Amino acid sequence: MNFGYYPGCALHGSSNDYEQSLRVCLTALGVGLKEIDEWVCCGATAAHSLNHKLAVALPARNLALAHAQGFAEMLAPCPMCSMQLLRAQQAVEHDPQLRTEISSMVEAKVDGGPRVLNLIQIFDRIGLDALKAAVQQPLKDLKPACYYGCLLVRPPTVVEFDDAEQPQSMEAVMMALGAKPVAWNYKTECCGAGMTMASPETVLELSGRILANAAAHGANCLVVACPMCHVNLDMRQAAIEEHTGKKFGLPVYYLTDAVGMALGLSTRELGADRHFVVAGKEA
Amino acid sequence: MDTPPTRLIRLLQLGDTETALRADSIWKCVSCQTCSTRCPKSVDCAAVMDALRQLAFQRGSAAAAERRTVVFQKAFLNNIRRNGRLNEIELIAAFKGEVFFRGRSVPFLFEDAGLAGQLQKRRKLHLRGEKVRDRGVVQRIFERAAGGAQ
Repeated sequence: MNFGYYPGCALHGSSNDYEQSLRVCLTALGVGLKEIDEWVCCGATAAHSLNHKLAVALPARNLALAHAQGFAEMLAPCPMCSMQLLRAQQAVEHDPQLRTEISSMVEAKVDGGPRVLNLIQIFDRIGLDALKAAVQQPLKDLKPACYYGCLLVRPPTVVEFDDAEQPQSMEAVMMALGAKPVAWNYKTECCGAGMTMASPETVLELSGRILANAAAHGANCLVVACPMCHVNLDMRQAAIEEHTGKKFGLPVYYLTDAVGMALGLSTRELGADRHFVVAGKEA
Repeated sequence: MDTPPTRLIRLLQLGDTETALRADSIWKCVSCQTCSTRCPKSVDCAAVMDALRQLAFQRGSAAAAERRTVVFQKAFLNNIRRNGRLNEIELIAAFKGEVFFRGRSVPFLFEDAGLAGQLQKRRKLHLRGEKVRDRGVVQRIFERAAGGAQ
């Protein structure tokens, strides 16, 4: 099984542990990823906040590149990128005039482009039965709080994935691995996302509530599929503990870390030893 | 939030754009899309937030320019315009430098200084960053989208 791959800036930057985990885990499952040549940043929150045209044009160029490079399907493991790609795709799909305008703007023929998939959809594609069969070390001691954050499921009209209020797809993957996901309340609340640098206090407050709710429901770790969520919950966890006066010590795994560990890969191979909060070790 | 999304929408329905544009909440909004998802009348409140931010920004209102989130987002877009992909170290330097230039806040300048070493230790810092080969096309896209953040 092969997919085009749009890493986005985070996975080639300080979230390179996510890319390592993703590649190692998917390779073990026989999934090949081929990076889109010359991909550009999707513009993220900065573009959609300050310049609507850019927020369509930048993702549209990536869709056009991927299409020209022959990809029918493309994994965008960062939910911000994946939502922006889908949003641009829908905008040009429904508006032929915009399609022409954006095509000349980005100097590439924009006509829909490949199907954009998030990480969980790749595991759907592999199939939960196949995943279950590949498990070497069931994660029977893991009680994860599966954290979706915002953009995996919202806005539902754009991402058309799972249930916007009560998603269950990550829990299904975790159960296939033998883990016991907890029921909790904050799985789709915002962690503060792109405010990490500009307004750390927002992140401390919002992410603090998420960690507290996960802990209160008996979770012994969190599982995420978003690089920004990971930064806020893992890298900022010590600051959150200081801010809230509560000690959490909750490791935050990428979904591919969890799958990889169940396949028998080590945290070192997966890059999970590079997280800030490491299980069984003081940060 | 001084003015929650419901109240912002009501202000706009009443034609009071000026009050809406002065609301603190448009800069506090984290774009989580919850308001758009839950609105029983299918109002895309998050898109309205985007529109208000762009309008405030285009009008060059001082309040907008002073916002750390705006300073950050401008630095972000300038970075993409130059490299095609984000260079985190350049972005943080530009952002911190600009905030310091405006407010002379030394504590803010060094707030996350400790993180650099922590990230370096975890091999998460890329000193050189990545660039696309064809940076000309990225610059032309930004020029054509002009009217926005430059």
